[in-house]
Amino acid sequence: MKRSLIALSRDALFSLRDLLPIVVVIGVFQVFVIKQPVTGLVSILFGAFLVVIGLAFFIFGLKLALFPIGEGLAHSLAKKGSIFWLFVFAFVLGFGTTIAEPALLAVAQEAAEVAVDAGVIAATEAAKANYALGLRLVVALSVGVALLIGVFRILSNWSLPLMIIAGYVLVVLLTAIAPAEIVGVAYDSGGVTTSTVTVPLVTALGVGLASSLKGRNAMTDGFGLIAFASLTPILFVLLYGIVLG
Amino acid sequence: MNLILDSLIFIGNSAIDVLPIVIFLFAFQLFVIGEGIPNFRRILVGFGFVTVGLGLFLVGLEETLFPLGRLMAQQLTAPEFLHATRVSVMGALDWADYHWVYLFAAAIGFSTTLAEPALMAVSIKANSVSGGAIGIWGLRVAVAIGVGVGVSLGCYRIISGLPLQYFIAAGYLVVIVQTTVAPKMIVPLAYDSGGVTTSTVTVPLITALGLGLAEAVPGRSPLLDGFGLVAFASLFPIISVLAYGQLAVLRHGMAQSTTEKTKLPEEEDHAL
Repeated sequence: MKRSLIALSRDALFSLRDLLPIVVVIGVFQVFVIKQPVTGLVSILFGAFLVVIGLAFFIFGLKLALFPIGEGLAHSLAKKGSIFWLFVFAFVLGFGTTIAEPALLAVAQEAAEVAVDAGVIAATEAAKANYALGLRLVVALSVGVALLIGVFRILSNWSLPLMIIAGYVLVVLLTAIAPAEIVGVAYDSGGVTTSTVTVPLVTALGVGLASSLKGRNAMTDGFGLIAFASLTPILFVLLYGIVLG
Repeated sequence: MNLILDSLIFIGNSAIDVLPIVIFLFAFQLFVIGEGIPNFRRILVGFGFVTVGLGLFLVGLEETLFPLGRLMAQQLTAPEFLHATRVSVMGALDWADYHWVYLFAAAIGFSTTLAEPALMAVSIKANSVSGGAIGIWGLRVAVAIGVGVGVSLGCYRIISGLPLQYFIAAGYLVVIVQTTVAPKMIVPLAYDSGGVTTSTVTVPLITALGLGLAEAVPGRSPLLDGFGLVAFASLFPIISVLAYGQLAVLRHGMAQSTTEKTKLPEEEDHAL
């Protein structure tokens, strides 16, 4: 209990340090460049306090729960030796965490507006909702597939750089034939898929898997899952645009 | 009073986000692995901290940093401000008149990335897996520099109106070249860092900046040109982390110290 408290307060101290740069940047720009008074300083300070405490709690919980359970499951699955369940786990983890991702929701709604503007879909609420839901399903599917491919790579020991680079060559080729209005959305969707809860879990899955397999190195083989999860949404959304356009 | 209510709402929302994942993990452990959950109470407490922490973190951001950041993005891209600080002599504003925007983009990209929880998680993991060869702080600064440069360049693209894909293709060309010469151990981590950077803190702020810019610059559409900043912020960290690996090799000969599964105490937070 006492040790946990010490660990927690140390995490809080680190969070304070981590947030300091933002405060400095905003402060300097307000005072020297924009030169306009900031209203509600007290509530801003209280909000900043919440951010520090929240970050500390998150990091503390991460080490207590997210990392151990992610790695534990990877170890157990590797020991069980069932590739089928490993793939199921990877796919569901990717699909399930992405479909509910709030950042994706926002991007999908904006993308629907773009599609209406470009005349791809009708300007009705139903058409927009349909388009946004389709986009979310496509992105979630792509992240599921990404983790599946990533786990397959760890098992098969294929070259990560070759796979990723081949993927981006494909992105460039698809960009050339995709409708212009989908390109920005597609490129951005790669970035929004990987949320704060998913990233630690996925990292723990990769590292845990690589370290429990013979002949794999946790450093060179364990990382790379998130790279796939940022790549496949671009591909899938470009394809979605091509098919609908 | 309001803030307390908001906090509860945000914690509730983050519980809605976290709960399905917890249920999935527990179900998998119980029914597929067929074992109980080891350290069940500890794990449960940990998830509690993750949920409450994420909720408080987001409510704090939503109440303070985001409105302030959005307001600043608007102020810096407002025509009055741009005309007051312009460097070109006459006619329409040219790209150099947006110098404060570039600087703000770089600074906010850099500083928000340092506070990105997902990046912290990956850095902690990379540090312990690499046996301390990769410093938590060093990796985070490397990623943050990449995001800063990326967002700044992304703003230039919006202002200049050049096609997004030119920049992205050129960036990946650089990545390919670097991959062939960078130490092997850093490559997967570098590829990952592209996706890690852009989540909770960075995306809302740089999206606001992109939309503000696209609205302010004549001839740009917020819907078409506002997108794309996240892509820049995901690409450039790959380059900067590969460069970090190359630099580290030049300085310490880091490649030989890769050992598997070297667990280090958490005190390594200060490494590098």
